[in-house]
Amino acid sequence: MTELVAPVPVVSPTRAKTSLMRRLVRNPVGLTALFFLALVALVAVFGPLLAPADPNAASLQTILLAPGEQGYVLGADSAGRDVLSRLLSATQISIGAALVAVVVALALGVTGGLLAGYYGKWFDSVSSWLTGLIMALPGIVVLLAARAVLGPSVWLSMAIFGVLMSPAFFRLVYASVTAVRNELYVDAARVSGLRDGRIIARHILSVVRAPVIIQAAMITGIAIAIQSGLEFLGLGDLSVPTWGGMLSDGFTKIYNAPVLMLWPSLAIGLTCISLTLLANALRDALERSSSTRKRRRAGKVNGAPAERAAVVGHADDVRAAKGEVLLSVRDLHVGYDQPDGSLTQVVHGIDLDIRKGEVHGLIGESGSGKTQTAFSVLGLLPSGGRVTKGTIDFGGLQLADAGENVYRKVRGKRIAYVPQEPMSNLDGAFTIGSQLVEPMRVVLGLSKQAATERALALLARVGLPDPKKTFASYPHEISGGQAQRVLIAGAVSCDPELLIADEPTTALDVTVQAEVLDLLRDLQAEFGMAMLLVTHNFGVVADLCDRVSVMQSGLIVESGPVRSIFNHAEHPYTQSLLDAILEDGEPRGALAPRKEVSA
Amino acid sequence: MSESLLDIRDLEVTYPIKGFGKQPFRALKGVSLDIKPGETVGLVGESGSGKTTLGRAVLGLAPVTGGSIRYREQEIGHLHRRQRRALSSEIQVVFQDPYSSLNPSLTIEQILSEPLTARGVDGKAARARVRELLGQVNLPADTADRLPREFSGGQRQRIAIARALALDPKLIVCDEPVSALDLSTQARVLDLFIEIQERTGVAYLFISHDLAVVRHISHRVAVMYHGEIVEYGDGDQVTARPEHPYTQRLFMAAPVPDPDRQEQRRADRRRLMDEQAAADEQAGAGLGAA
Repeated sequence: MTELVAPVPVVSPTRAKTSLMRRLVRNPVGLTALFFLALVALVAVFGPLLAPADPNAASLQTILLAPGEQGYVLGADSAGRDVLSRLLSATQISIGAALVAVVVALALGVTGGLLAGYYGKWFDSVSSWLTGLIMALPGIVVLLAARAVLGPSVWLSMAIFGVLMSPAFFRLVYASVTAVRNELYVDAARVSGLRDGRIIARHILSVVRAPVIIQAAMITGIAIAIQSGLEFLGLGDLSVPTWGGMLSDGFTKIYNAPVLMLWPSLAIGLTCISLTLLANALRDALERSSSTRKRRRAGKVNGAPAERAAVVGHADDVRAAKGEVLLSVRDLHVGYDQPDGSLTQVVHGIDLDIRKGEVHGLIGESGSGKTQTAFSVLGLLPSGGRVTKGTIDFGGLQLADAGENVYRKVRGKRIAYVPQEPMSNLDGAFTIGSQLVEPMRVVLGLSKQAATERALALLARVGLPDPKKTFASYPHEISGGQAQRVLIAGAVSCDPELLIADEPTTALDVTVQAEVLDLLRDLQAEFGMAMLLVTHNFGVVADLCDRVSVMQSGLIVESGPVRSIFNHAEHPYTQSLLDAILEDGEPRGALAPRKEVSA
Repeated sequence: MSESLLDIRDLEVTYPIKGFGKQPFRALKGVSLDIKPGETVGLVGESGSGKTTLGRAVLGLAPVTGGSIRYREQEIGHLHRRQRRALSSEIQVVFQDPYSSLNPSLTIEQILSEPLTARGVDGKAARARVRELLGQVNLPADTADRLPREFSGGQRQRIAIARALALDPKLIVCDEPVSALDLSTQARVLDLFIEIQERTGVAYLFISHDLAVVRHISHRVAVMYHGEIVEYGDGDQVTARPEHPYTQRLFMAAPVPDPDRQEQRRADRRRLMDEQAAADEQAGAGLGAA
């Protein structure tokens, strides 16, 4: 029975690297920032060559010349030096010094973060302690002290600033590495016999690369700002032209020639802004945060089948409940709006009837649309999802296009819900008791005391050994099975007519699953409620359900009483699912003696 | 019968718990198990039973604090990283989660050739081997240039199997390899495991919470409960006529996919639970009297 032809995926191969650059360029802000920074980089490299005059050549004749006079394009400063030449030369020094800071910070922070995050142990403790110390140091004070001791070198002060900024990289890399170190693919690489260096280079650096680049852009901006600040205060080396130094010079002549301040201010401001904007654009490109959701009615519909095949229906048997129909779904279509305005359909028109007091199983594999169907009845489709066609009739109420005010009368009062992941459906910040009592007070209008009494009674009813203790516990203090019992208690607290359970036992151990199934069966009989049970497990269906609908790719392909489906499945898909069940399979038996395959 | 490939004796694994004065957590409390060449030993247990820890200890990913793990007469419980790397062509792994076990930013070829190039196989030979491996797990050859996110869970698990096979190992630790898969995919992947075993003679330590899956693939089955093996024997016997009370409970708890037989199973389970509760009470009373 090895039918092993894997379907070839339709997605065309795309490479992450190329598309990142393309996404960045498509963002107008990113493109502008990138363009400006490229310009600055060019000036930094070729600036001194382009400069029309020596940036340090002073002259008494040209003091404070206005822009354009005597061939001085941007004028001359308080010592008669050519402003354009100074600006061009200063770019090289200011950018170069900022890069020194970033490279030092990168070298220390990234290496330290990688080693501490990957190997841990003593290096982790020591380096965490060191970063804490560096972060606690007042940066400006350290830089001033260094200047006093080491002299006014812009390169040295920026190198020290790099050390001061290294914790920013360290913490970032450390956090990413500790997160990725426990990924299974890193374990797999270790089992594959890769050296640590190779694992770090291949699997870990690729994860930290993007955030490090973003952080580097930010830090460069900060380094330029700090460096200019120091120069502006007159703490820089006066013999080299820098942006901060020019700003300082212009500031002293602000009443005579205010335009002198304009050029360095523009250079500093625009460069810093561009770096920040570039970092933001990079982050957006990496997170692919496209938030354009315009609903276009005439949008294209993806994923809809050409036509609906007929549903294989089975006649009711004696055991099938013959009650009044409580929930009637007709021709239900569910779709998701895509950012480009089209619609991806996931449920392509299904009919479903649930009678009073009946347990209806909705079975299918992942992606078959069974959970989407359940959520559309609850009106809880994730954002972008909506019922595009069809009706949902619940005891005379129309739910398909109902607003919140209609649902408010139904959800938690007449329809209850039990989720798949019990733990993520309880809020860790509140006690179990308060999470049970609050909805009862709001929805059922009970007093606090009455709600508490009812909650305790329900906790006892769902089989929790010590209801008072559970009532006062926080979610992390109870097990998954107990959490599911708590959620079931909450669901039946309103005596619902319909309980929708989405894979209620999938996250639980087998022995706990058996107990929870027993509980659901007992409660269903006791409250006489109808149940829509979404599951992929035929055992669970056999245990609880009266009727079953089998879903495949957004359609119900077969529906009928549970015995009829198990014993006389007619649709090929249902038959293939039943064939895939291993429960009744033969055991493999003992190992047959065999010849050694290889020596 | 041939001698053991892997021989685990009284294995203990203890995880230190962070925080002063906290008791360390004993995940394995003296576990013994052996695997013969070409054999599948199934390891069944519920969450927290220590079955995954046992697999990780064999792979050198868990701290062994007592007992021994012998692979072909060689002690492998406390190997150095370098010695451990040498074992990579002998013992391999397929993990549960096919989504996090493949690096999302590498192509399938890069993923599969990784263990090969680490052993010094040159690029051309590695590429040829990757094609061969993809053929072995029934994936088309153009799979090589794609990224993991383009594949479904079942296909990813085939890729993970191909990676495990790359170095021709003698033992593969399979940690819940089909639990995240759909029913029909699960059956096909299990058949692939069996087919590969029959062709290459590789042995499996097959970890799962699902008794039916383990019965389908295992020659022998061990049942774990609270860090200990409570029952160990032929797959046939352990999964159909269990003797230990816990295995009996586990067996009875799994619902049968047939409404009428499940009704019977439910009644049997209730009876078993009552019997065991009564037996526990008697034992407790006996202890109290003594």
